[in-house]
Amino acid sequence: MEKNIILAGVGGQGILSIAYVIDNAALDAGFNFRQAEVHGMAQRGGAVQSNLRYSDGELHSDIIPQGLCDLIVAVEPLEVMRYWHYLRPDGWVVTSVTPYVNIPDYPEMEGLLAELSTLPNMVMVDTGRLAKAAGNLRSQNMVIVGAASNRLNFTEDQLLKHVDGLFARKGEKIVAVNRRAFSLGRQTGAFYRGLVDGGMSALNALKLSTKLNPESLAVKHAPTWVEALDGDEAKLTAVLEHDGEVNADAASAFG
Amino acid sequence: MSREILLGDEAVGLGAIHAGISGVYAYPGTPSTEIFEFVERKAKKKNDIHAFWSTNEKVAYEEALGMSWAGKRALIVMKHVGLNVAADAFMNSALTGTNGGMVLAVADDPGMHSSQNEQDSRYFAQFALIPCFEPKNQQESYDVMHEAFELSEELALPVMVRLVTRLAHSRAGVETREQRPQNLLRPSKEIKKWTLLPSNARVQYSHLTDIQPTLLQLAEDSVHNELELRGKLGVLTCGIAENYLRENLEKDHDFSILSIRQYPIPAEKVRKFVEHVDELLILEDGYPLMENSVRGLFGLVGAKVRGRMTGELPRTGELTPDLVREALGLPKLETAHDLSGEIARRPPALCKGCPHTDSFRALNEALNIFDDPQVFSDIGCYTLAALPPLEAVHSCVAMGASIGMAAGAAHAGYLPAVAAIGDSTFSHGGITPMLSAVQQNVNLNVLILDNDTVGMTGTQRSMSTGATLDKIVHGTGIDPEHIRIIEPLPKNHEVNVKIMREELAYEGTSVIIARRACIEAIKR
Repeated sequence: MEKNIILAGVGGQGILSIAYVIDNAALDAGFNFRQAEVHGMAQRGGAVQSNLRYSDGELHSDIIPQGLCDLIVAVEPLEVMRYWHYLRPDGWVVTSVTPYVNIPDYPEMEGLLAELSTLPNMVMVDTGRLAKAAGNLRSQNMVIVGAASNRLNFTEDQLLKHVDGLFARKGEKIVAVNRRAFSLGRQTGAFYRGLVDGGMSALNALKLSTKLNPESLAVKHAPTWVEALDGDEAKLTAVLEHDGEVNADAASAFG
Repeated sequence: MSREILLGDEAVGLGAIHAGISGVYAYPGTPSTEIFEFVERKAKKKNDIHAFWSTNEKVAYEEALGMSWAGKRALIVMKHVGLNVAADAFMNSALTGTNGGMVLAVADDPGMHSSQNEQDSRYFAQFALIPCFEPKNQQESYDVMHEAFELSEELALPVMVRLVTRLAHSRAGVETREQRPQNLLRPSKEIKKWTLLPSNARVQYSHLTDIQPTLLQLAEDSVHNELELRGKLGVLTCGIAENYLRENLEKDHDFSILSIRQYPIPAEKVRKFVEHVDELLILEDGYPLMENSVRGLFGLVGAKVRGRMTGELPRTGELTPDLVREALGLPKLETAHDLSGEIARRPPALCKGCPHTDSFRALNEALNIFDDPQVFSDIGCYTLAALPPLEAVHSCVAMGASIGMAAGAAHAGYLPAVAAIGDSTFSHGGITPMLSAVQQNVNLNVLILDNDTVGMTGTQRSMSTGATLDKIVHGTGIDPEHIRIIEPLPKNHEVNVKIMREELAYEGTSVIIARRACIEAIKR
């Protein structure tokens, strides 16, 4: 087993906290790991990445070769495109769709998402919305680790242990927020994939999973939604335009 | 024995602690900063290692040399260009030699991620005639620190450990050992060796050249220089380049490999390798030091040498596994997506609310009475003001160079001569050119951006800020009427522009101190 991950985002978004959680889980599991990161000038709001590799065998390079990246985890959608030429043909992308706009020529969102959704092995989550629901907008990085956690070789508890460790210094409240962010990301990511695997388009799956009450999301509800909406755009529109909150177990009401 | 997650930098720091250092000396500089910070953090608990930032690399080097003189072990840390600043002390310390073990950990920045050049410190080790280790991974970075200190005491020489950014800033699990106790105070009695009067220096230099065969033999026998003879195609790697090679090789490959991680270059090992192969590729992260040495001035007879000088690898920039793959002639791996089209660039920028932004907005306006004014600047966060939207500064060369260059431009008749420099850079290299300018009363305007910290490298302690800075500036003998202090805030914009214009109009040396704390530092 060898897993090569590129963590992508913007300086200040907490890429190194994501790395901390995965590094420590890898250490606990007795894996070899390497994790190259960016310090210095780029941390001032520039594009930053971390190459993270773990394996039960030997690892050599700190940098992931092109074509050997198994997974891109992005806290920001534009940043995926900076590294997707490293992705192996069957590699995965787990990305936030919450843009971090600190440049004048940030691309228009609809086109960006359409381009990202051309990759088949994709998980898109609205980290901004989920982090807010968890109680702090700054917890977007933990949302995305949660969403990516299904693609890692660790149990939820093995990862959460280090979410706790990372934030312990800041008090119980912050720990609780970040645990919640992780869980919301994990549930939402799994639900999104459930929709896509059931045949829903990536963009529709994103819209639906963004509409539903995040606290209520579970992967088991995905097939009921696929069945209820049955590829009918009008039915999806009815959900999206529904006034007020929709719970994940309410699919039948829109069928 | 325990396994810890450490950056390459941290592995060097922990290795030095476990090797029994009594002091760490450094000036912040990417990618070396985390070495000092790690030792500082660890030392805080027990308070048994001296760890206080130095004003610059030369000071750091000399402080360490003093600790070595006193018989204790000292670690010196700097980035590659920092060694230029410390070069005087560094070169001469090879002649004086050491007493307590002294190791210089220098972090090079191939690819210039955060630097002005990508000079290769191995040349400095060669130049000074001292041993140099170039570890290939985090574990070896930790391990060689023990050896480097032992070797330093055995040979009574400073020893270099050379890192590159990729290793400095990459984490891995590292197995650690027991701590060796620190040395006792045991000042050197060898007065002559420390007093490099020509008559003594000649003796010391002869000694240094006399022991070169010993250094060479150590490198020949070193476990860090590994020769693996297989087929007629050879690859010679230095430091971390071996990892990029192995990343691309199958287990049953047929390449002969020579991996070098201890210098001077082990000539016999290289000869054995070269005689075995028909063709060899040389992989090194940095300058083509090994490649040029192996090829020599007139080329190598008997084997074809390839590398950065022959186009198989780029002449400049950081090595990557992909570049090595191409140089090995292996096909590109298939990917899920091409690197297609133009992706909007996201360059670094000054933080929201940064005091430098307000300082440069005011400076830009104050200078708009001149035709295309150019501002000499320096090294720090404020160098980012060179980029849009501010585009307020027009040079960045060396620590403190803004003041000297602005003075030189003023000597030539350039008006207005303006230098912009941060408080820490001022203490590092700005005081001496400032003194020089004041003594001549050059028509020069110096803007000191006093944000109370070393911002770019992560808000370390600044040596000359606040009242200390004011006293230093006064101490140069400058007319006190032309030391102005402003607070760079949007609400003060008009008055700050006015003050700048007044000083621009003054024919002599003036200093404006723009004082407001770094917002990143306040957050901490």
